[in-house]
Amino acid sequence: MDWPAAEDKALISVENVSFSFGSLPVLRDVTFRIHAGDFLAIIGPNGSGKTTLLKIILGLLRPERGRVLIGGQRLDDFAGRPSIGYVPQKATHFDPLFPASAREVVAMALRTPRPGSREGRHKEETAVRHALQVVGMDEFKNRRIGRLSGGQQQRIFIARAIVNRPRILFLDEPTTGVDAEMQGHFYELLERLVKEEGITIVLITHDIGIVDRRITRVACLNERLVYHGSHAEFCRSDTLKDMLAGGHHLISHQH
Amino acid sequence: MEALFTYGFLQRALLAGLFIALACAVLGVFLLLRKDAMIGHGLSHIAFAGVALGLFLQMMPLVVALVFSVFASLGIMKLKESAGLHGDTAIAIVSSVGMALGIILATLSGNFSVSLLNYLFGEILAIEPVEVWLSVALAAAVVLLVVGNYRPFMYLTFDREAAKVSGVRVRRLDALITVLTSVTIVLGMKVVGILLVSALIVIPAAAGLQLAASFKAALLLSCLAAVLSVVAGLVLAFHLDLPVSGMIVLVGFVLFAASFLWRKKRS
Repeated sequence: MDWPAAEDKALISVENVSFSFGSLPVLRDVTFRIHAGDFLAIIGPNGSGKTTLLKIILGLLRPERGRVLIGGQRLDDFAGRPSIGYVPQKATHFDPLFPASAREVVAMALRTPRPGSREGRHKEETAVRHALQVVGMDEFKNRRIGRLSGGQQQRIFIARAIVNRPRILFLDEPTTGVDAEMQGHFYELLERLVKEEGITIVLITHDIGIVDRRITRVACLNERLVYHGSHAEFCRSDTLKDMLAGGHHLISHQH
Repeated sequence: MEALFTYGFLQRALLAGLFIALACAVLGVFLLLRKDAMIGHGLSHIAFAGVALGLFLQMMPLVVALVFSVFASLGIMKLKESAGLHGDTAIAIVSSVGMALGIILATLSGNFSVSLLNYLFGEILAIEPVEVWLSVALAAAVVLLVVGNYRPFMYLTFDREAAKVSGVRVRRLDALITVLTSVTIVLGMKVVGILLVSALIVIPAAAGLQLAASFKAALLLSCLAAVLSVVAGLVLAFHLDLPVSGMIVLVGFVLFAASFLWRKKRS
């Protein structure tokens, strides 16, 4: 699936998005763009609207005001949903007795034209094998998903999200419950996806302290967008200090 | 077994029973994993109202029950969405109303008799040739539709949110699985009766899920348990002169217990 080209070449444009649950505002006038090759972390404290923003981008919620454009098109008009990969926050909270092998979990997301044909089956086999190899889980393909460790399951869900070779991959709180050493391996994997597979990555996390040096851009959210710029600038800016200290203030966007 | 090759009524019962059991088995795996096991029980009560309506209108009860159940099942789905009810609450409401309607219609028609009891307890041995072909055709259609949509059904069952983001039409598939379940329930009531039809959906699938290491294996084992239940249930019932419906369900339970014990021993 070819990704439509937006005028400003942004993969995704979030434009003046606001959202509230009843009378409780969650997002106010959020605007930013995601470009090809970005390894973006959307960070902010619990309740800052990160997951809500992600659900709006993915079309799971509708914004009260503003819009989200994918390659210049509205999501409803966008026919290339398989070219969006997504690993939900609760991906690992599945029924542990669910009788699916790791291979079947990856294959369930496949969108192959004419899947019943010999050519279709060959393409599917190749796509699943490639996705499992990229995340280093090929040898576990026949293992029941519930019998894998949390970190291995997370890799299988990433394989499922990239099996259709997406242009962009969203991960919602992917390192929750993962120890520091595994987090290092995890960020290495994501960096490889950006550099070797050409996938743009958007990662959501509430844990500001773990934002890795491999991340190239940071969007900091607390109802409003309080920072959007490079990771290096973010580390030098007062935003990080303020957030770690528990305070927040609005600064201008740095595109 | 020899009797199966001798008597036409047994062959008809076996043919219809096998196809219906296979439809129940494949649907059952999805329903159990969706935590929707009770929908079979609820829809069987709706089917009861449909049968009573058929008897009241003096039309073919199986066909009236089919149409009635399909619309009622979509009503349950709508009620769950729009009234914000939990799945089992909507099922409890609609199934109670179905039962109440059935009792009233059956009484009004003055037909609260043998024909209704046959639907309550199942009478596969008395199945008419036209009902056999209707059952075979519909059950085959159910199996083909489930197998044809196997991957999106599985994705939807495993991770609804991710499936939705990737473009799976979740509401359409929810409606399809609900309609297929209601069709299967109506067919199944001919085999084991309204009171036991949910067992035909739940027990073989539960047995398959005990032992399966993969989704494909779960479907195949569930189908195997369903086929064994029907064949052994029919043969045992014929030789012991006992009700077929009860025997099919009991054989299914023995298979479930055996697979449960086997899993325990293995782990």
